[in-house]
Amino acid sequence: MSDPTDMMIADAGIDEGIKKLTPERIEQTIRHVLDNESAARMKVYLETCVHCGLCAEACHTYNSRDRDPDYAPVAKVKNTLWEMVKRKGKVDGPFLKNAARIAFTECGACRRCSMYCPFGIDIAYQIMTVRRICSLLGLVPQYLQDTTNSHAVTSNQMWVQPDDWIDTLMWQEEEAMSELSGARIPLDKEGADVFYSVIAPEPKILAQLIGNMAVIMKAANIDWTMPSADGWDNSNMAMYSGDFEVMGRVERAHWERAAQLRVKRIVMGECGHAYRGAVYDGPKWLAWKQPPIPMVHAVEFYYELIKSGKLVIKRKIEEPVTVQDPCNIVRGRGLHDKLRYVIKALCEDFRDMEPRHEHNYCCAAGGGVINCGPPWKLSRMKSIRCKADQLAATKASLIITPCHNCHSGIEDIIGHYKLGMHVKFINELLVKAIDLES
Amino acid sequence: MPNQATVDWTAGKKTVADLGEIRKEYSEVREFVASPDGERIAVVVRKDDDVVGVCVNGQVWEQDLEKAWHLAFGPDNRLTALVRVDDEWTVAVDGELWEERYEFVWNTKFSADGSRIAAQMKQDMRYGVSVNGQAWETLYASCRDYALSGDGESVAALVQVEDLPEADIFKFLEGTWSVAVNEQPWERKYLNVYAPCFDETGKRVAVEVRTDATQYTVAEDDEPWETKYTCVWEPSFRPGHRGIVVPVRVSGAWTLAEGGKPLWKNRFMQLWRQRFSPDGKRIAAVVAPSYGRWTIAVDDVAWDQTFGDMVLAPLFSPDGKHVAATVKQENRWGVAVDGRAWSETFDMVWEPVFSPEGDVVLAKVERDGRYRLVANDRLWKPTFELLWDPVVSPDGKHVLVRGVVDEKYFRQVVSLGEIMG
Ligand code: SF4
Ligand code: SF4
Repeated sequence: MSDPTDMMIADAGIDEGIKKLTPERIEQTIRHVLDNESAARMKVYLETCVHCGLCAEACHTYNSRDRDPDYAPVAKVKNTLWEMVKRKGKVDGPFLKNAARIAFTECGACRRCSMYCPFGIDIAYQIMTVRRICSLLGLVPQYLQDTTNSHAVTSNQMWVQPDDWIDTLMWQEEEAMSELSGARIPLDKEGADVFYSVIAPEPKILAQLIGNMAVIMKAANIDWTMPSADGWDNSNMAMYSGDFEVMGRVERAHWERAAQLRVKRIVMGECGHAYRGAVYDGPKWLAWKQPPIPMVHAVEFYYELIKSGKLVIKRKIEEPVTVQDPCNIVRGRGLHDKLRYVIKALCEDFRDMEPRHEHNYCCAAGGGVINCGPPWKLSRMKSIRCKADQLAATKASLIITPCHNCHSGIEDIIGHYKLGMHVKFINELLVKAIDLES
Repeated sequence: MPNQATVDWTAGKKTVADLGEIRKEYSEVREFVASPDGERIAVVVRKDDDVVGVCVNGQVWEQDLEKAWHLAFGPDNRLTALVRVDDEWTVAVDGELWEERYEFVWNTKFSADGSRIAAQMKQDMRYGVSVNGQAWETLYASCRDYALSGDGESVAALVQVEDLPEADIFKFLEGTWSVAVNEQPWERKYLNVYAPCFDETGKRVAVEVRTDATQYTVAEDDEPWETKYTCVWEPSFRPGHRGIVVPVRVSGAWTLAEGGKPLWKNRFMQLWRQRFSPDGKRIAAVVAPSYGRWTIAVDDVAWDQTFGDMVLAPLFSPDGKHVAATVKQENRWGVAVDGRAWSETFDMVWEPVFSPEGDVVLAKVERDGRYRLVANDRLWKPTFELLWDPVVSPDGKHVLVRGVVDEKYFRQVVSLGEIMG
């Protein structure tokens, strides 16, 4: 049975929304999503699942919560979507509160379970359908909804004002110049080879990552630009709150800004969900089969720069290091070998994770879960004990996380489980390791 | 769009500046910008450790600046820069600074004749717009973008009219955004407002509005259409007509609506960037007739030829008879005119232009690291290190070429016939 304390958690985004619902609206909304918005594969999944439970072992929440069957992937669907289908949308407030809790906080849409299901059933897709229903009903955890509202207003996820964005880039350009003469952040440079996009926490709280990138770009002699106007944020929490209209708007702004600047390709910073939004979910909603302009994740970009000799590593990191394979770029894109190439080039003492690559466990922060905010933090920590064990077993002191959600999620895990480790982006190590003289 | 009347159309080539000399003189030289008439080339240069300047044809403005960026020539060829002096920002126009200073200033826009220059500004953490150096007195909690009317007399800005406490998702639903036209906010508040535009007279304003969490429509002068949609994109006024035309999403598919009623019959997987012929009688838009295929639809009929990567906004010829668009397929950029893509493809294509008669389409393109001009699918031989968009003379006989070869920036008036080969 689900943890009763988690079931009691108050979240105004869900609780207040429920008060406004009528049975008719609930039924109409669920039927609309099931009948008009869900792909044919939904029906196939529902009909194919044989309730074997093989997916259970795959899920970090199940493993972390003493193998409680209520946390098995199949149970999450059974307690949400199946019931909605079975009852033809005739469900009530308490049912929806529980469904919203499961869909937003107990599944990070990491897709690990699909690999263990004999039929490859995409549990995450079904959970995302539940989130879509919740979003249309106005039942989204408050902090996640606020992030979506920020996307709707500003296109970025942290309410960054237009002047703060530009000012931060100018400040970081100065910082980069003091590190490496001639380093710049060229704004709105038409025809550049690379359009570099980031996620809003960078200008808001981790601005040095942008300055680091300016140093890396200069050291590798890359013709690059960053946009001064909206479209600079490649992240997309609306994708996870189920507000696909806002998701599409945000992704469109990103692609159109790149097209307007006539760039050859987009390089994005170290973020996993942003990669998923920009390369898969966003383009798909907008009717693109693939991204309209080539897009590479920072890991691929660093790999390319090191492998081609554009960046020369001068000082390797000596402390023992491990790596978190982010779901969206490893299970989703297969970047694990390139990631290890980069890490081995940078670090003397690399200790790999077990399980690893596409079998790695999610950080429990992705999929919008960490964005559900403080009310859900303890629940999130309970759901990810297996990751704490996995990290500790590496005996590394530094965890490399080429994803913002992994970075924040693992920092939380380290604090909660007192692991005494620390976390870094590749960008932070690279800027210290490369040869700036040649 | 440059004012062609300001251009000296005497045939011949004039070297304007030696960029190599400028690069030798300064430790840092940023991106060059050429004036619409080709007579001037400007760039931000570093004069000293903490001092930058704006260099025009090799001469640096007298004023020392802490920062300067976003060099932009107006249609009347005046040069603007966003500059910081004594820790305050302002707009510099041909070296003269606006008297008003701001905490920040950005997003310069020009009236059609260039006489009025506007920019977004921030003062004491409040936001607004300044026109020709006069900022609004009423400022707002935020301002995301604005439109300037063609005559530059009016500004319509997207403004946040209510403060929003942190993570207050309930107040957000009541509406905290509106439109301020010349400082004055509309009465209605919306969840979101996007993409303001003026009609030809500069009197009417249309914006995209979100009226509740799942409903979007168009508001004209603060009057939202009764018809609501699950999503809409940028509205625009149809020239010579009263109507506002907007892409709308109905039952999961996209079409064009006018005044809240369906305008086109066909439904597309996507539709945006509608454009009008000069008389407003014809409409072209970017569409995806099927998933993953892109093209242009003209008056509700999609071109047969489709493209897999991307299609940019269509362009009508001055006589309204022809339509051109930049297209992309398998990571090669090209141009399509009236439904047929050129055979030549490029590493990049800039916005095409029509000759006045509509019989020639010209564009700046990039291939193998050099820039070229292409006209009606034929590449003009000369290659350039830097090149700006071609400008065709009003009689259609000449083209103003603004380019850099061997580090020399020159302007050259060439006969269109020569470029066509
Ligand atoms: S968190 Fe991952 S493994 Fe668990 S149910 Fe969701 S998608 Fe499956
Ligand atoms: S493994 Fe697949 S078939 Fe078995 S319960 Fe899980 S989703 Fe259903």
